[in-house]
Amino acid sequence: MNPLLSVRNLSVTFDVRRPGSWPWTPAMKLHAVSEVSFDLQPGECLGIVGESGSGKSTIARAIVGTIPSSGGNIFFEDHDLANMDTRQRRVHRRDVQMIFQDPLAALNPRMTVGEIIAEPLITHEPNTPRKEVKRRVGELMERVGLLPNLINRYPHEFSGGQCQRIGIARALILKPKLIICDEPVSALDVSVQAQVINLLMELQRDMGLSMIFIAHDLSVVKHISDRILVLYLGRVMETAEAHKLTTAPEHPYSQALISSVPIPDPVLERARHRPILEGELPSPLRPPSGCVFRTRCPKVQPDCADAKPALEDVGGRHFVACPYHEAQQVLVVNE
Amino acid sequence: MFPNRAAVEGVGDAAQLAEIKGRSLWADARTRFFRNKAAVVSLIMLGLIGAFALFGQFFAQYDKGFVDFSLIGSNANKGVPSIENGHYFGTDSNGRDLYARVVQGTGISLMVGIVGAMVAVIVGTLYGATAGYFGGRIDGAMMRIVDVLMSIPFMFVLILMLVIFGRSIFMLFLGIGLISWLDMARIARGQTLTIKNKEFVEVAVATGVRPIKIILRHIVPNLLGIVIVYATLLVPSMIIFESFISFLGLGVQEPNTSLGALINEGARTMQFGYYWQIAYPLFFFVVTIFAFFFVGDGLRDALDPKDR
Repeated sequence: MNPLLSVRNLSVTFDVRRPGSWPWTPAMKLHAVSEVSFDLQPGECLGIVGESGSGKSTIARAIVGTIPSSGGNIFFEDHDLANMDTRQRRVHRRDVQMIFQDPLAALNPRMTVGEIIAEPLITHEPNTPRKEVKRRVGELMERVGLLPNLINRYPHEFSGGQCQRIGIARALILKPKLIICDEPVSALDVSVQAQVINLLMELQRDMGLSMIFIAHDLSVVKHISDRILVLYLGRVMETAEAHKLTTAPEHPYSQALISSVPIPDPVLERARHRPILEGELPSPLRPPSGCVFRTRCPKVQPDCADAKPALEDVGGRHFVACPYHEAQQVLVVNE
Repeated sequence: MFPNRAAVEGVGDAAQLAEIKGRSLWADARTRFFRNKAAVVSLIMLGLIGAFALFGQFFAQYDKGFVDFSLIGSNANKGVPSIENGHYFGTDSNGRDLYARVVQGTGISLMVGIVGAMVAVIVGTLYGATAGYFGGRIDGAMMRIVDVLMSIPFMFVLILMLVIFGRSIFMLFLGIGLISWLDMARIARGQTLTIKNKEFVEVAVATGVRPIKIILRHIVPNLLGIVIVYATLLVPSMIIFESFISFLGLGVQEPNTSLGALINEGARTMQFGYYWQIAYPLFFFVVTIFAFFFVGDGLRDALDPKDR
């Protein structure tokens, strides 16, 4: 099966200028994402996890096209989105939609819910009759669990969970093929999180959507994703099937990440061994040589500083970027 | 709390439910504005002054250009304001009906203020929003143009223009239009910089909405609160500006007049006891300006409830 989305060596760098520097001094390069590659099959959900600053949102924005990528390719149905001019790109935007972290900030406070949800539709199909637009908006509101008679309300009149449903409805109105969710539940109450996650899973199944789901809550990602990609300092550390990655991760970083998720059982929690990571995320302005994780790795070897470890296939679409990887059974969350 | 699908279906055909009208942020601001007594009184005053400028001419007993020769030389006793002879506000030093003149002057002063504010709102907002939205080099170039224009002493240039091209209302409007949008462009640009990083703008970009549409649909409506407040505060400063030019004798030319020109004339004859020649124009001038300031203040409180 041909992948729907295939990202190859995607890099995103930002120019950073020291405040007060001369205009002609060269800017420092901040490597937010470097040489990330992954495939996404139609109908699949890929979870991306990593600490704050690991480049999760930057990948999402590069795919959606609100941040220019500085290298590599993003093949969406064999069209390279990364190297396309603005005009061509606009045509392809309807197939990739995004859901944001802060549900209220993602809605224009001066527009009614109906106008917000209809905006993608009237942008890409400007000749749709107004009645048809209204009918489709109403249908979709009902589908995401909002009463259609609230169509003339404004975003500030809704709760966080309802706002996120509006965001989901807007993302779905064009029947896209890929939805990118950038921490869609981080700003919501735990009880509301479950409702929104279940809605997303239900919609994904019913509409055959592909999804990229970004979060730092591993239990949420594990629940919704088919595959998980672990990111550290803008580089892929490990990708595997969700169950495999959460039960038997091979990369030392994934192991540390997964064992950091608390288990809601005090006996198990006290009994387990957890490698604790020392220190902070290194600056992406000056990433460590060789393996970027070596400064905090519990299994660090002298030659880790020499070369960047390539992604190694350990079987079953499981890739690890560490030559010293070994499967380690980790107690799993919520099981 | 959240109507899930089952609950929605339980209600019956949800599409048949009556649509609930939302309360927009504008509606909220309106309620807050009308709770502010000083602003409402000022708004009523402005309405009355506007009506005075528009319809006052119909109640005048004399044409604004009519010179009552019978009064010349005896202005001090016969030209005083009186209801009987029809000179409600008395006459000016040339024997013209001051009431008709004040009506005309108020109209022109208001027009100067409103035209200035409108140029500022339209040109300044769009210019600033465009510069702020595109950012980078475009922003740099556009804002440096504003900086250059701002560094020119406009009073001096305007006086030169009025002297070279002759004094006319058109030149005055041109001069006022040229300066009024500069501050507005800066304000709009600053606001745009914060708005363009909001996620709803990013959504629009990701959806593929064109930049012009993003500016008009997402940025300008969110700027408008501040723009309106600034515009109402700009009207009085434009009136003051015009009055200053007219006071110098360079602004509006006879037979037209403005409040500034009338005050100028009144100030010259004040020492001879013709107090009404300065009192009436000054009254309208002060009341108009105070009313605009109070309305602007009320609007700011209404549109920006956090900033109080």
